[in-house]
Amino acid sequence: MSPWFEKQRHLIDFTLASLARRKGRHLGLLVVFALLVFALASAMLFAHALRHEAQQILDGAPEIVLQKLVAGRHDLIPPGTIERISGMRGVQQVHGRLWGYYYDPVVKANYTFLVPPDNSIQPGTLVIGPALARQRGLAPGTGISLRSYSGALYSFAIAAVLPQASELASADLLLVSEADFRAFFSYPADHYTDIALSVANPAEVRNIANKLAKLLPDSRPILREEIQRTYASIFDWREGIMLALLSAAILAFAILAWDKASGLSADEKREIGILKAIGWETGDIIKMKFWEGALISLIAFLVGFIAAYVHVFHFGAPLFEPVLKGWSVLYPRFVLTPVIDGLQVATLFFFTVFPFLAATLVPIWRAAVTDPDAVMRT
Amino acid sequence: MIFQPAIIALLLASTVSVAMLLAATPFALDVIRHWNITSGSERQLQLERRTYLFSTLAVFVMATQLLSLLLFVFNADKMSVMFVGAMCAVGTLNANAWGFPALIAQMTVFFLAAGWLAVNHVDSRAPDYPLTRIKYAALLVLLPAVAAVLWLQLKYFANLRADVITSCCGSLFSEDTKGLTGDMAALPPLAAMVAFYATLGLAFATAAFHAQTGRGGVWVAVTSLASFGAALAGIISFVSLYIYEHPHHHCPFCILKPEYDWQGYWLYVPLFLATACGVGVGAVQPFRRVDSLRQVIPALSARLAAIAAVSFLLFTAVATIQIVRSNLVLLGS
Amino acid sequence: MLATLDYHRSRLASGVTVARSASRPSGLGAARRPDCTVGASMIELRDVKKAFNQGQHNEYWALSGITLNLEAKRVTALRGPSGSGKTTLLTLIGCLARPTSGRVSLHGRDISGLPERFLTEIRRQTFGFVFQQFNLIRGMSALENVMLPAFPTGRAHRELVERADALLERLRLTHRRDARAEWLSGGEQQRVAIARALINDPEVLIADEPTANLDTALAKEFMAILEGFGAEGRTVILTSHDPLVVESAAVHRVIDMRDGLLVEQ
Repeated sequence: MSPWFEKQRHLIDFTLASLARRKGRHLGLLVVFALLVFALASAMLFAHALRHEAQQILDGAPEIVLQKLVAGRHDLIPPGTIERISGMRGVQQVHGRLWGYYYDPVVKANYTFLVPPDNSIQPGTLVIGPALARQRGLAPGTGISLRSYSGALYSFAIAAVLPQASELASADLLLVSEADFRAFFSYPADHYTDIALSVANPAEVRNIANKLAKLLPDSRPILREEIQRTYASIFDWREGIMLALLSAAILAFAILAWDKASGLSADEKREIGILKAIGWETGDIIKMKFWEGALISLIAFLVGFIAAYVHVFHFGAPLFEPVLKGWSVLYPRFVLTPVIDGLQVATLFFFTVFPFLAATLVPIWRAAVTDPDAVMRT
Repeated sequence: MIFQPAIIALLLASTVSVAMLLAATPFALDVIRHWNITSGSERQLQLERRTYLFSTLAVFVMATQLLSLLLFVFNADKMSVMFVGAMCAVGTLNANAWGFPALIAQMTVFFLAAGWLAVNHVDSRAPDYPLTRIKYAALLVLLPAVAAVLWLQLKYFANLRADVITSCCGSLFSEDTKGLTGDMAALPPLAAMVAFYATLGLAFATAAFHAQTGRGGVWVAVTSLASFGAALAGIISFVSLYIYEHPHHHCPFCILKPEYDWQGYWLYVPLFLATACGVGVGAVQPFRRVDSLRQVIPALSARLAAIAAVSFLLFTAVATIQIVRSNLVLLGS
Repeated sequence: MLATLDYHRSRLASGVTVARSASRPSGLGAARRPDCTVGASMIELRDVKKAFNQGQHNEYWALSGITLNLEAKRVTALRGPSGSGKTTLLTLIGCLARPTSGRVSLHGRDISGLPERFLTEIRRQTFGFVFQQFNLIRGMSALENVMLPAFPTGRAHRELVERADALLERLRLTHRRDARAEWLSGGEQQRVAIARALINDPEVLIADEPTANLDTALAKEFMAILEGFGAEGRTVILTSHDPLVVESAAVHRVIDMRDGLLVEQ
């Protein structure tokens, strides 16, 4: 091994021993540091996991959704529209979608009724989301009665409960057959809520949207990528707000780090004095102190990050949910898919380790320039 | 302005860098005015002690710039989803006029800092610290450069608006685009390849020659910088095509993505290292006749040149392997 | 007198004023160790002065002009009362500090104007220190304490452990190898400090008041060790006002000091 590596190894060895000797002193800083990493990492991991979930859901969504507008408001798609656009070049598939909202006074929550594209639900039955199943105590085989907006009471048998994995999107979902949907909501025949178009070539999506807008001026095409973009911005923005709130904590931490690094105990000062007297150079002390900072950062970072990982992916981020997820009565209870993003880890590093190292630079230097003959003068 | 963690982190890093250099400025002026190695005054001793602080600061700023360079490209890539038509970092950087200047400024600062560190290193090896004045004057030059990075980043991020129609890498680096990047993509593959290998070969040869004989140090810097340009041109014009196995995908950033097994890092890490070392060799050459540096400079510059040579070789080897392994056929029948 | 001195000493820590002698040498060659014959002058001091708090109202000259040659492979003692400047002189000889004026040269090379970085390098290779308070680092084992001065040299860890073990054995401390510094007795602490001073195999051993914190038995033990060094031809420079030390046969030369000046015999 080259002398340079040997030297760094010696310095690290010394630092480790020195940290172990002053556990109490460093523990406080370490705990605060780890807490900061924990808070930031939780927010970031959570936001990213949500982004990831949204992405997963959108990946299965149609490239274009066409809505009809009346006076700028969303209206039903009249009969004949689907036929007009199905021949369009580049459009792979067109189908009319049926969905709507229903307010359940029993649990004071909104449900989303949806007819699946393949209309695979048996009339008289429902497939429901897991949150709804929990709230109303439903399981396959049981039944539920719902009063429609027209006042009539409808009874449905529960055919299945949707899997937990997609709960964020399906928490309040009810899948229903087309016939039941039209009857329950008194939906006019041959009308649809909106139209989903799938497009084979992603590069063609914008062209087709333009053509649609020309062909049906009273309608609005919504592109999947636009929704993705909106989601991304919203989550980024919320993450940014979180971070801005936590920036005070980062600043406070930097000040604490500065203070800790400059307020050396008499014992530490003596130790540095001895090292300088027996042949350590200012640069060696700075390097040693640098390793000390690096080790503390590394430990705090790992501890904080792992704690945040557990917090977000095993416990569902109880501390941050309300801020980042939004509000809903049927609260999704779900385990997020663990996803770690390199950029996020790098960003987190910048927010925690970087201020720490920057704040300790000057105090480290000040400690390191102790006179070598100081120990002989006392 | 897009309010996003990575952007805040980048601005924070640049701000701290500028603040540190700004804090060092009065000291640098002090050194330029009062440095007198033959004097034993208290001021001189104070100045000597402070040099430790400021070389540590400079190392810190340089490391920060390198990290934020990575973060900048990473982030640009991640944000591409927010811009219509942007498919990767190129689209994001192109979202307004400040993106690429910011990136180029950051790379420039990195290489300037590499040169400064080389000078700093040799200076601290000579007992009479012969280059201290020059070193701190140079630090004053580094300050506007780092400030320019901050300013360009601010401009860039402040003018970012999600939903702006931008060109994606497909159009920026496609053959019909005007401008430098388009020219690079439009280079005929054979000519580009010849230029690529010739320049890199030359850089390798100069560096190896300097490592052996200690001569031609300035040429190491010149050929290194030329190779840096040629290597980037080569990556855009043909190496990326082989990696993507797609005859029109010229993007130099997508190769950093996991979809392509992070192959980009195998190219960029040796390339940046080699160029930084080459620049370092060049930076110390003007001082090789200083008495107390007669032994110090040749030793350092030979070592840096050796690292540069090996790194250029590694870069070329990696690029060649990527080309040979690829299923894409650009040349020949 | 003593109180004023302590005051001055405590002021030192905050800001030392050291003027540099005329010019600095350039070209710090390789650290070759010239062959020294007994009696050859190794360290030369010429009109060395050292002031503290220079230019302030409490300016204080610890050394007021010392000219002295110290020979290699000899045991030299600096004797004088407290405040005579002997410790300050020792710090100048041992490259721990720089003179305010005058020249210090080592093997004919002027080292009085070197910046700290280079002075440290010379000190590490040439001098080993045994301090009055021993100055071991608490919480570290005897072995680790011995190895400390060699850490910045980047020598291989195994080599260091071997060397440290050999030194501890020689000083009959093998059984205390893993004991923490604060668990050692005064005599053991001093022997660990001696082992530490020898880890980089320095040419010169410097000891400041080595017997001040030892009882008579331990002081005699120290003198025995000192005698061993003298016999093997190591250069030793120490300060002491302990008759046991300065009147010992192991000490080849005694230099008397008073009020920052040499007392001519």
